[in-house]
Amino acid sequence: MIRFHGVAKRYPGGNDALRGISFEVTQGEMVFVTGPSGAGKSTLLRLIPLLERPTRGSVIVNDVNLSTLTRRRIPYLRRSIGMIFQDHRLLPDRSVFDNVALPLVIAGFEHKETQRRVRAALDKVGLLERERSDPATLSGGEQQRVGIARAVVSRPPILLADEPTGNLDPALSEEIMRLFEQFNRVGVTLIIASHDHALVERLGYRRVHLTDGALA
Amino acid sequence: MRFFTQHISAAIGALGEFQRRLTSNLMTTTVIGIALALPAIFILALDNLAEISQDWDGTPSANLYLERTLSEPEQAALQTQIDELAGITGSILIGAEQGKTTFAERTGMAEMLNLLEENPFPAVIQATPVSTLAPNEVAELVNQLADLPGVEDVRLDQTWLQRLQTIVELASRATGLIGALLAIAVVLVVGNTIRLDIENRRSEIEIMKLIGGTDAFVRRPFVYAGFWHGLIGGMLAWILSAIVITVIARPANRLAGLYDSGFALSGPWLADGLTIVATGVLLSLTGAWVAVTQHLRRIEPGEGT
Repeated sequence: MIRFHGVAKRYPGGNDALRGISFEVTQGEMVFVTGPSGAGKSTLLRLIPLLERPTRGSVIVNDVNLSTLTRRRIPYLRRSIGMIFQDHRLLPDRSVFDNVALPLVIAGFEHKETQRRVRAALDKVGLLERERSDPATLSGGEQQRVGIARAVVSRPPILLADEPTGNLDPALSEEIMRLFEQFNRVGVTLIIASHDHALVERLGYRRVHLTDGALA
Repeated sequence: MRFFTQHISAAIGALGEFQRRLTSNLMTTTVIGIALALPAIFILALDNLAEISQDWDGTPSANLYLERTLSEPEQAALQTQIDELAGITGSILIGAEQGKTTFAERTGMAEMLNLLEENPFPAVIQATPVSTLAPNEVAELVNQLADLPGVEDVRLDQTWLQRLQTIVELASRATGLIGALLAIAVVLVVGNTIRLDIENRRSEIEIMKLIGGTDAFVRRPFVYAGFWHGLIGGMLAWILSAIVITVIARPANRLAGLYDSGFALSGPWLADGLTIVATGVLLSLTGAWVAVTQHLRRIEPGEGT
């Protein structure tokens, strides 16, 4: 499903975020990327939806070599990937419902179908009754769940989460991970970056450990 | 269908954004309105003036000075020839002697004239062109008359008309230039407004691109914002120019009355108004498009985060 082949990423200024990484995530897998902050976890995730382009090597998603993808095709790649961020990345001036509906609006879904899917996604994360709320009035855990609802509402085959539990207490982190497990059970491929080793170890999924831009 | 609904929702969304920052947006549209109204008022006034010189009823008569060598029968034959020309309603032949007598009577200089050995006056044919002729057609007719054998010179009593035409031409050039400058101003004002709008909504744009919004999708609300600015600014310009024209119409018409002219200033009605609004929309869309193409591409979720 996702293949990294000798991938290196050097930022302008000579900072090497990744130094020749190769690994593969098969369809329906749930993989954790671990390592200390600055080890290149975020960069690795960002290469998959082409938020960055690698300096060297190739990333292959769904049998498509991303280096062959033109700028015009990038939006369609991103629509097949749900992304979850530590800082949620919600639109503060729109309701929870509108935030979650955004990917469907972008993809041009019809109004009724949008409503149905948004409600289903919000129900899944347990926030159905907050659909009219302002994101700012929600707690950190709730905001993260809105972010997750937005990532899954268009039912993408791949979910990427960058430190999804970074700001959450252990109980809430556990809750978020349970949600991810549920998605994984219906066939979604997940890659989750986390530095919470204890939690990751307890869950017992496959781990890719990064130190200083290389696989350990 | 999906394309259509996406456009409708982008248009409505942009209107919502407009209303959200109503005060500052109204100030921008007022600037657009004034910038469009100024040339519009001048153009309308000039259109009105140009109309006077077109349907001016006091068509000038052309005075044809005949060569002295022409005998009286030849002069009469020439008059008949002129009467038959298209564009001439009639003519009067004033013989050299008659001209001298009339001059002597009017000026009281008969004695002085008698001192001269020869009659200094040539024979003159006063020809009246058809009143519906346009200024350029009159000029053409004059050339035609001047080319007739036996005609030495043609003078058209139309200096007043020529002055008016020259003033109108001068003013319309100036208006054209000022209009062009103000049009550029509108493009820049809208461009800058949209640019600020883009900066304010940077994170929103990033998120849109992050979750698969195409360039067209991200661009659309800003282009529609430009559209609304142009539409509202254009309507404002229409109203402003109608007010100004109405206010100055009465004294302008009184002035025209003093010149025995049936001239009446008329305001921007439907066709003119729609032209003003369409111009506003077009210029604003241009401004928005420039801002969008320059700034939107640069905002990428990958950079700087």
